[in-house]
Amino acid sequence: MPFGTGENSSIEKQSEVRELGDWKDEVEEIVFPGKISVPYSWTVGSTLSKWYAQIRDDAEIWANKCAECGMVFVPPKIKCINCYRDMNEWVKLPGTGTVETFTVVSYYEPKIHPRKPPFVYAVIKMDGADTGLVHFIGGVKPEKVKVGMRVEPVFEKERQGNILDIRHFRPIA
Amino acid sequence: MERVAVIGVGQTKYEKGKKQNFSEMVYEVTTKALKDAEITTREIDNIVSVSSDFWDGRTISCMAIQDAAGAFGKDTSTVEGDGTFGALYGMMRILSGSFGVTLVVAHHKGSESSMSGITNTAFDPLVERKLGIDAISSAALQARRYMTATGVTERQCALVSVKNHGNAMRNPLAQLPMEITVEDVMNSEVLASPLKKLDCSPVTDGACALVLAAEREAKKLSTNKKRVWLMGVGHCSDAYRLGDRDLADTRALEEASESAYEMAGVGPEEIDLAEVYDAFSYMELMWLEGLGLCEEGMSGEYMERGYFNMGGEIPINPSGGRLSSNPVQVAGLSEMAECVLQLRGKAGKRQVKGAKIALAHGINGMCGQSHCVFILGR
Ligand SMILES: [Zn+2]
Repeated sequence: MPFGTGENSSIEKQSEVRELGDWKDEVEEIVFPGKISVPYSWTVGSTLSKWYAQIRDDAEIWANKCAECGMVFVPPKIKCINCYRDMNEWVKLPGTGTVETFTVVSYYEPKIHPRKPPFVYAVIKMDGADTGLVHFIGGVKPEKVKVGMRVEPVFEKERQGNILDIRHFRPIA
Repeated sequence: MERVAVIGVGQTKYEKGKKQNFSEMVYEVTTKALKDAEITTREIDNIVSVSSDFWDGRTISCMAIQDAAGAFGKDTSTVEGDGTFGALYGMMRILSGSFGVTLVVAHHKGSESSMSGITNTAFDPLVERKLGIDAISSAALQARRYMTATGVTERQCALVSVKNHGNAMRNPLAQLPMEITVEDVMNSEVLASPLKKLDCSPVTDGACALVLAAEREAKKLSTNKKRVWLMGVGHCSDAYRLGDRDLADTRALEEASESAYEMAGVGPEEIDLAEVYDAFSYMELMWLEGLGLCEEGMSGEYMERGYFNMGGEIPINPSGGRLSSNPVQVAGLSEMAECVLQLRGKAGKRQVKGAKIALAHGINGMCGQSHCVFILGR
């Protein structure tokens, strides 16, 4: 059932109709530059707010533990991903961990990268937790970073209550 | 259960910097798919579109292409994810009994925006996004984890890139047909170790459409030569946060592929060819293991033996794969289109001889968080 009826097509009879078979080969393609910039305010939620407050105020990294399966999560979870249970047991981690995997980033995207390359991202298996934390490795030449390396956090002096309050993880001397 | 068939496919050429806008690409593939199915928009009952608002730079991006998809005056709904999930939704609509012939159409123009910026926004704004991590750097973390866990080497991963760019030489729609060597891949610019430029898929523009129909309608509208059956489908998702997963673990894909094999009533040994989501070279090796197409940790060695080459035991990515053209969201649907062409015996110079059963695999989310596996057959 077509919506349009083509009632106005009789107009064509009065105006000039030109058949331009090859117009697509000749058309000058126009491109509009554009940019979308929209401010947001993301609510952090009680679980991560508690986590960030402990990093900001006490320079401590906490995790939470599922009472059913015993899995310890860092960053903390609202609910256990295995058991879908509320997480009310909090555990203070020593902050140390082991590099499970890493990458040395050589390209630079100034809009998203908070630091200039080369820099190192790693998944750090945190001591006392069952999960990994994604963060920077610093205080070491990128080519010296290894899987299995033991690391500890370096906190910023001025902390805002976000993930960058941890400047990076550095090798344990 | 009633079966669902693909009765028409349409694809653009995959390339960077396409002059067509979103609608023009969707017009092209919709027209091609309808022509292929030998039907008109009148026979289409409903449309499932696949696109991403962030990539398109407009909200409800699906609505903007509805005229082009022939959806004017019809029921339409959208999937924001890989095209395989769009095909899954289209198939489910048909199987519900409430919908007739369904057009599934996906479009993508990677070259209009910033891959890095957009994939960074896939990460949690509350945690990882501030670190600046994106598709390439997160994949690099997974690549090293996979290599550490299995012993697969960078050179073995490079072989995937060599094979797939080589396969693209026989696909006129592919963006990067190239005859390259392992040395070329190893010597290409390091973007995020261990990933080099030639381990990564390109930025691509393109669109793809499939026409799906229930068995009764498919038999009425199309001939046996054109029809390809969706024999089985399976899908499964893993944890969102990278650190909550073992990045070398393919458990979600194992679940997805097992249900697809079960529904199709076939095993991995019966697959004649597969289109596997190789956004990065290591991914093909990793997913081949998750799909049960080779034993765990063995895919690198199989690759060396030519097992997955054209003319090998199971040709993988005869189209050239995502390494040769990666229109995000469209990618999985274009894999299914390739399987359809192969099963019809119409894949030209890249035809896998006597292909009867093919597999298409799509991923959604960073580092393959979720997977959708289709088994297609004659
Ligand atoms: Zn639990």
